[in-house]
Formats: sequence, C-alpha cells, structure tokens
Amino acid sequence: MAVSATLPDAMNPTRSFQGLLLTLQRFWAERGCVILQPYDMEVGAGTSHPGTMLRSLGPRPWRAAYVQPSRRPKDGRYGENPNRLQHYYQFQVILKPNPPNLQELYLQSLEAIGIDMKLHDIRFVEDDWENPTLGAWGLGWECWCDGMEVSQFTYFQQVAGIECAPVSGELTYGLERLACYLQNVESIMELNFNGLEGDEKVSYREVFLQAEQEYSRYNFEHADTAALFRRFAEAEAECRALLEKGESGERHLMVQPAYDQCLKAGHSFNLLDARGVISVTERQSYILRVRELAKACGAAWLKTAGGGAN
Amino acid sequence: MPDLLLELFSEEIPARMQRKAAEDLRKLVTDALVERGLVYEGAKAFATPRRLALHIAGLPVRGRDIREERKGPRVGAPEAAIQGFLKAAGLSSLDQATIISDPKKGDSYVAIIEKPGQETVAAIAEIVPAVIRGFPWPKSMRWGAASAAGASLRWVRPLHSILCTFGAETEEPEVVPFEVDGIVSSNITYGHRFHSAGAIPIKRFDDYVPSLEKAKVVLDADRRKEIILNDARTLAFAQGLELVEDEGLLEEVAGLVEWPVVLMGSFEERFLEIPGEAIRATIRANQKCFVLRDAATGALANRFLLTANLVASDGGKVITAGNERVVRARLSDAAYFFATDKGDLPDLDTLEESAGKLGLDLAKPLDQRMAKLDKLGVVFHAKLGTQGERVQRIAALARELAPIVGADPDLAERAAKLAKADLPTEMVGEFPELQGLMGRKYAELQGEHPSVCAAIEEHYKPLGPSDRVPTDPVSAAVALADKLDTLVGFWAIDEKPTGSKDPYALRRAALGVIRLVVENGVRLPLVDVVKNRAKGIFEADYHFSKYTFLSQLNTMRELFRDGEVAAEVFSDDERKIIDEAYYRDEDAGVDTAYGILTDRCAANLLSFFHDRLKVMLRDQGARHDLVDAVLGEGGGSDDLLLITHRVAALARFLETQDGKSLLAGYKRAANILKAEEKKDGEGAFSGAADLQLIAGAGLIEEKALAVALANATPAAAAAVAQEDYEGAMAALAELRPAVDAFFDQVTVNDPDPALRVNRLKLLNQLREATRAVADFGRIAG
Repeated sequence: MAVSATLPDAMNPTRSFQGLLLTLQRFWAERGCVILQPYDMEVGAGTSHPGTMLRSLGPRPWRAAYVQPSRRPKDGRYGENPNRLQHYYQFQVILKPNPPNLQELYLQSLEAIGIDMKLHDIRFVEDDWENPTLGAWGLGWECWCDGMEVSQFTYFQQVAGIECAPVSGELTYGLERLACYLQNVESIMELNFNGLEGDEKVSYREVFLQAEQEYSRYNFEHADTAALFRRFAEAEAECRALLEKGESGERHLMVQPAYDQCLKAGHSFNLLDARGVISVTERQSYILRVRELAKACGAAWLKTAGGGAN
Repeated sequence: MPDLLLELFSEEIPARMQRKAAEDLRKLVTDALVERGLVYEGAKAFATPRRLALHIAGLPVRGRDIREERKGPRVGAPEAAIQGFLKAAGLSSLDQATIISDPKKGDSYVAIIEKPGQETVAAIAEIVPAVIRGFPWPKSMRWGAASAAGASLRWVRPLHSILCTFGAETEEPEVVPFEVDGIVSSNITYGHRFHSAGAIPIKRFDDYVPSLEKAKVVLDADRRKEIILNDARTLAFAQGLELVEDEGLLEEVAGLVEWPVVLMGSFEERFLEIPGEAIRATIRANQKCFVLRDAATGALANRFLLTANLVASDGGKVITAGNERVVRARLSDAAYFFATDKGDLPDLDTLEESAGKLGLDLAKPLDQRMAKLDKLGVVFHAKLGTQGERVQRIAALARELAPIVGADPDLAERAAKLAKADLPTEMVGEFPELQGLMGRKYAELQGEHPSVCAAIEEHYKPLGPSDRVPTDPVSAAVALADKLDTLVGFWAIDEKPTGSKDPYALRRAALGVIRLVVENGVRLPLVDVVKNRAKGIFEADYHFSKYTFLSQLNTMRELFRDGEVAAEVFSDDERKIIDEAYYRDEDAGVDTAYGILTDRCAANLLSFFHDRLKVMLRDQGARHDLVDAVLGEGGGSDDLLLITHRVAALARFLETQDGKSLLAGYKRAANILKAEEKKDGEGAFSGAADLQLIAGAGLIEEKALAVALANATPAAAAAVAQEDYEGAMAALAELRPAVDAFFDQVTVNDPDPALRVNRLKLLNQLREATRAVADFGRIAG
C-alpha cells in the first residue's frame, strides 16, 4: 500500500519535493524508526550524523531515519549544472541490526513514493562503499531505477576502524535526484518544492539557487584559507583534548563534543580541498588525520552507555 | 543413479564474481565428494544475480566400503607396544586383532578395520556446510542479528536460503538435512524478484530449471548472454544498425538480470560530436548499455541498447525513457568535459614555469594540460619523481632513440612531451580507459603533426602478446622510450618483478620493447641505452631521493670509512674496487660506485630481456633452448633483433639433414673431448692440429676433415661478422660429410699418442668452429 494514497495532492511525492521527504519519514516512522532532525553542523553525508556514525557502533539496537543536508564544497557549480550542488539533501535510514527483509522494506519505500514495480526496472548493482575520513566501509549496492542510481544500500562492516557487531543496514536516498525523476524534470532547480501550483508554487530554484551561487563563490574563491588551516588544527587539537579530558576509568564522558570537533576538522578540510590549496600528497595525510580523530571518537563511544558499556 | 541439486539463494551477487563463484562451488563440492570416494558422472554449476546452483549427476547412494589392514607388533611384544597398537587401530583388546604368521619374522598382530561406506546424503550434509563456511569470495560480509557474535557466517551478500535435494529419478528425492548459521536446508527456491511471489518447491534439477523459467529466471548465464546478444542484434538490424559487440559488457549485463529484456533507447544527435569512444565509454561504464553503429558507414548511431530485468506492463516505455534521461545527463557531462578540455585552462599564468621547463606552447590546450600535470607535482612513483620529471626523461630518450628507429627527433620529442598530457583532462579523469586516445583527439584538434598524434595514442602499445605493435617510427620511438624509462627506473630502484608479483607490469613492458624492436627491425644498443638512463636516474635529484640508492651513495661519501652502508649495497670485491678509487679521490670513489651500480643494473636488465625473449619464443611455439645456444656463455648480445635472427637461422638449419647430422657430430665430438679432457686436463687439445702429421700418418678422412675445417671455419666466422647467419649455417653445413666420414672411419683414441692428440685437436677445432655460430652444447635433444 502506498503511503501517498493517504496524502493530499500537495504532499504527493511525485509532485512535491517536501512531499517526498515527508513520505519517506512517515514510511520509516511506521517501521519503528526514530525520526531525527538534521545534525546542526556541516557534514558531507548523512553517515557523518552521530545518529549513524556513533550509533552504528556497539551492541545496542538502533533504528533511525532523518534528512541530512550534505555539504560538498567541491561539487558546487554556481547553480549552473542541472545535477550538481554543493548543498543537497540526503535521506538516511539506519537499522541496527539490519532486519533480514531490508531489501523488501527498501522496495516498499520506493512504492510508497510512487515507483510502480510493474513499470520500473529496479536493480541492485555492486558498489562497495567506503568513507576514508570516517574509517568506515561496507558492502552493498547502488540501487538503480531505470538505469539511474537513486539510493545507496550498505551493510556496514566497519565504522571508525571498528568491526560492527552487529552489522547495521544503511539506506541513503539522494533526494534531489530521486525527485527529479519522480517529477520528470531535467534540472534540480526546476523541482516543485511545495507541491502547489500557480502563484503558490515554490520551486527548488527559489529556495536554493541564490545559496548555491553564494556558497560556490565562497567555497572556490573567497574562503579564508589561512583561517581554515588554523581551524583545522584547532578542531583537531580540541577533539584530542576533549577525548583526553573525557576519559574516566572504564567510561568516557565527552565523546559527542569531541566528535563535533572531528566534524569541524572534516569540513575545514573539504573547504581547503575545494580551494585547491591541498596538494595530492598532502590530501592523503589530511584524510588520515581526520580518520584518526574519527577512530578515537568511535573507540571512546564504546565506553559510553550509548555504545553499550555496562 | 541419484542426483544432487544445491542452490544457495542470496541477495544480489556482484556480476563480476558470479562465474568464478559457480566454478568454485562446483570444484569444492566435487573435490570433497571424490576425496570421500564418491565419484560422480557429471557436474555443472550456474549463477544468477541471486543464486549459485550446482547439479551433480550420477552419484552413488553410499560410498564404497573401506577395508584397511593395520600391521601391529609381533606376538609377545612389550605391553607398551601392544597398547599403542590397540589405541591406534581403535581396538579394545587383542581378541579383536588377527594373528598372521610369517616364516621369517614369526607371528604378529594385524588389525583389520572395516569401514562401511558413508551414506552419500550424510557426506553431502557434512560437505556443503563446510564449503559454505569456507567459500573463497574475494570480499565477504557479515549481516543481521547474528553478526553481533564474532564468528558469524560470511557470504558475499546476505544468504537467505539453501535448497539441497538428493535422490534418484524414479523416487521422491530427499532434502539433505543440515543447517548453516540458522539457515535450514530445504527443497524451496524463489523466482524473479518482481515477477514471482512465494516459495517454489523443487524435486530435482529436471523440474528446477523449468520451474525457474516459469518464475522468470533463466538459470544459465550463457543462455542469458545468448538471449541478450540475439535480441540486441535483432533490434539493431531492424533499424539498419549494427551492434558494437562487447564481450566484457555482455558478461556483466548477463550477471545483472535473471530475466533479460533488451530495449532500444536514443539520444540527441548533437551528442555525436563527442568522440565515439567517449560516448561508448560513458554509456558502457555508467549505464551498462551497448552502443550501435550505422551498418553502412560504421559511424556511431544515436541509439543504445539497455537490458532490463523486467517485462514491464507498458512494454518498457517508462524504463526506456528513464534510461534515456540518464544517458542524456551523462552525455551532457561528456560534452562538457570535451568542450572544457578543448578550451584554455583558467590559471595559465601559474603554468609558465612548467611550460618553460618542458618547452610547451601555452597557446595550445593540450600543452597547457601537460604544464598542469607538471605543476600539480603528481607523483609517478615516490622513488622515481613526478609525472613531469618522467615525461622529461621520456622526451629526452625518445629524441635519442629517434635516429635508431628512423624517426624525426623533433617529432619524437614533441610526441613524448604530449604523450601523457591527456592525464589531467576532464575526459580521461572520468574515463581512464580513454588515455592516449583522447590525447590523440586533442592533438589533432590543435593541429599537431599526424605522426605526433598517432604516437600519443600508440605509445602505450603493445599492451600484450596479441596487441598491435606501432609501426610509425615516431610512435615506435616514444613507445620504446616510455617502456625503457619504466624498466630502467624500476631496475635502478631495485623494484624488480618477483614471482607472481609484477605490480608495474614490467614483464609486459619488456615484452613490448622486444616486439617493437623485432617487428620493426630496430637495432637497439640496449646496454648503452640502459646504462645512460640508469646513470641519469641515479644522478637526478628527485625530491624523493632520500629513499633511493642515490641517497645511500650520497651518505656513503661520509660513511665510506666504516664501509657499513656500502656493505648493504656492494659485495666485498666491489667495495675493494670502490675503496681503492676512493682513496685516490673521493669523486672517483663515488663515480666508481655509480659505475658498478649502472653495470649491474644493465647486466641484470639484459638477462631479464633474454628471459622474456625465451618466454615470447616459447609462447610462439619456437624452441627457446636455441636462445641459450645463440647467447652462449657470458650473457650474450644485447641486440635483440640479431638474437632473434640467429635463433631463426639456427632453427631452420637444425631442420635440415645437414643440421641434424652436424649437431649429432658435434655432440659426439664434445662427449669424446669431455672424456679425454678429464684424462689429459682442460685445454690439452686446444690449438691447431698438426697438418704435417696428418699428411704423413693420417687417414684420408682425417685429412678431409682438416681441409673442411680450414675452409669452413673462416667462412662461418666471416659470415657471422657480416651478420649473415644463413651464410654461416651454410658454411657449417659444408662440414657435415667430412665429420660423418671421420666418425665412420677414424678411431680417435689411436694407440699412437701423437695421432690421438692430433685427432682430438681436430675435434676441438670442430667444436670451436660451431661455437662461432652458436653454442651447440646448449641445444636440447
């Protein structure tokens, strides 16, 4: 049964960007997920949200779904490329441990947003997922709908360099791309955001074009690289300091503030990378430095209640 | 005889792993059966995206009984020996043992152990779970609640069910009972993900395949390939088009669908301005679709073929439209890349230094990219500098090699400088497999000389034993320079291929050099080239030099006195030579050390080339022992072309009766000499035979051989000097009647010591005469 059937027209995921988002939220809420809100920091992907990155570690069951604005400074195109943005939305689902019917649940979610399995060719195509800055990897697929990648489906094997026990299933929907397909438009900017028509219609362009232009200028031309290098070093130092200060015998008392600093370092690195001031050889070493922070945070998380410590 | 049917049903298995996994399953299960004495008539394995299946036909119901005799101690042996025997044989008392009598050794115990053959069902129930647990997936994973425990099952993707039945055609087969991590074997399978619902009970292979077909699953990958290929050709033909066939893509696509449905889509004609290879690459890599060409003109058509996994209710309209959307977006990207690559880079002023260093013209887009590659400082190999430095080396070498291969030095240098310039282009960044080809396109667009354009594409060739060898001299110069730079570089830093490890494809590079030289008839002074290049690499001051030999040598200046560093690199004898030079003059010491390293590098690389040449000839079905014969002792020539000519001439000669007979004569002479040299000492028969003695006391055949040798030896040597190997062989052929007659009529070991020595000298002259052409002693057979 498609959830959309019970929604008003303006909330129809095939007409409304926010309708798509709300439909997915409702779908996964009905399957026992806590619906989190976006993390209030700049991250490159929904995986970085502590609701995935930290919660996927340790033995405690966890089911969550949320939208995460994702910042990819390098992908900015001043709003001129129909498919590339420096800021876009991911819809993230994390189920720990993964239920045995996760593929079926995923397919049901596609039906819920209006994809008819009798008309569309859905395929699971090998894609080994890896996030070097988070020290995370898993096996899974790109999910294709009629030749288009609409989601990433991953069974986490390792996060923060730590074996996942149990394994989480992670679903990431690229919302803009999915919406373009559902609404049958060629450019993200043309998306109907609120599902209304005429004077009341708000497009993706109206909401985000100006931001894309401004941030592209900032990301590529004006971000203060000296300040970013400094901020990277400061965040790195503070992350380490917090991890040290939070140590309390068998337990750790300050993992999440430390992890915030790890995220800050990661974002500074992404901006520096977009500014083109990091050479190929340096690049690897910056990634490694962030990974070391992420690993240390993950290890500390296991010493908290959320991480399953007794 | 009963059959086994096994199916492992899982979530989607990566296409590239399916075929090997099916094969592994077959081998692991059948090997384990045979190990238990369970032989079978036939076995075949299958794979679809969601299952591996195995059918083994003609298995026995139970294995053969095994009767084993275990010898024990003699009767009355010490108690410890008796107990040990009972324990080893699994007996509780001596009553269960048999006593046998031996007339010599007396009475002793024997345990007769009879094991009834294992039920095949029981064997399968043991074998299959073990095979599943230890399956050699290239990458495997854990999943679900069970993964909370340490040793949970690993599979390529979550494994959901196992079908395993065993039974004869005439009876109801039984489910082989076992369990793997909570998955209990059954007789149930599942059909197509979208075209079939619920469990399907299966009896055996005979109803398995049709039941799956009914549930829209084609089990056999080769059948799916056939269906795709036929449908693709038919659809293409109907439009007057031709399928651009692609076996790798076909194999992959067949691994992505259980029920293939081929559909045709199209894209805007304007995209055809993008180079066809780039269109094909993007549609193939990203969309896994086939492209089509006009049957008449061969030009790429604005159509493509996709393979869906669904019989859609609208006949595939929506699926086609969706794929067209994605193809359009991808081609828009490719068009953007192509346009960007043809235009100027934004930061030209920052590239002037690189352009100056490499002699590039920043008014031209491809030159800009090369300057950018240099500026970026991309490392080729930590010990061999950056791509920019490497290109400079290749360009210098291409210029040096140009006259040798008959190329214009300016063109060769220019081509070498642009050969890697497409690496930082957008198009090659997106599609690495287009390297070289895009460089050529961009070079053509900026009006480079046709030979330069060709060389940019062809300098990577030949990529293997069956790849085409470039014939344009400019291409040959750059191709040789590229490969030789790589080989000398890795030899200089001592990262040679070992065993199966050859991460830089150095064997392929060496084979490439050999084929370029041989097939283009190039006389390459390999040792000189290698020495010059190695010296350059040792002396170059790369940023990374702290890791190289060079630094060891630099610090050696300081460490010479205690000799420790030198000892890591040089032998005692070498150190003696270096030390002597060093005490004369520090620089002379370092130069000597460099010299030893370059000589060693060259000698070692040369013998690598000789080995590759042997492998190449062997692969071509030629006699590689002839390479050893031609090379002779002491390493042999570095002229690869000449070596192959000599080998060919020798092979032809040995096919003739003269050749065979002379070889036999040589072997006989060599054997006699070997035996007699043992008595008289090495070199006892060197020097010319005494002709006076022969004239006076010798037999007629002896005289004839002396005369023949006197004629043939200088003739063969002269021919060799002129590189006329056919001539040299012909000269040797003249010896044959005299040699045959000599061995027929002359007794070498004459009682007269003077005659004996003289005859042995004649044989030694024969050995020497052949050695001038080839070392016949190294010819097999």
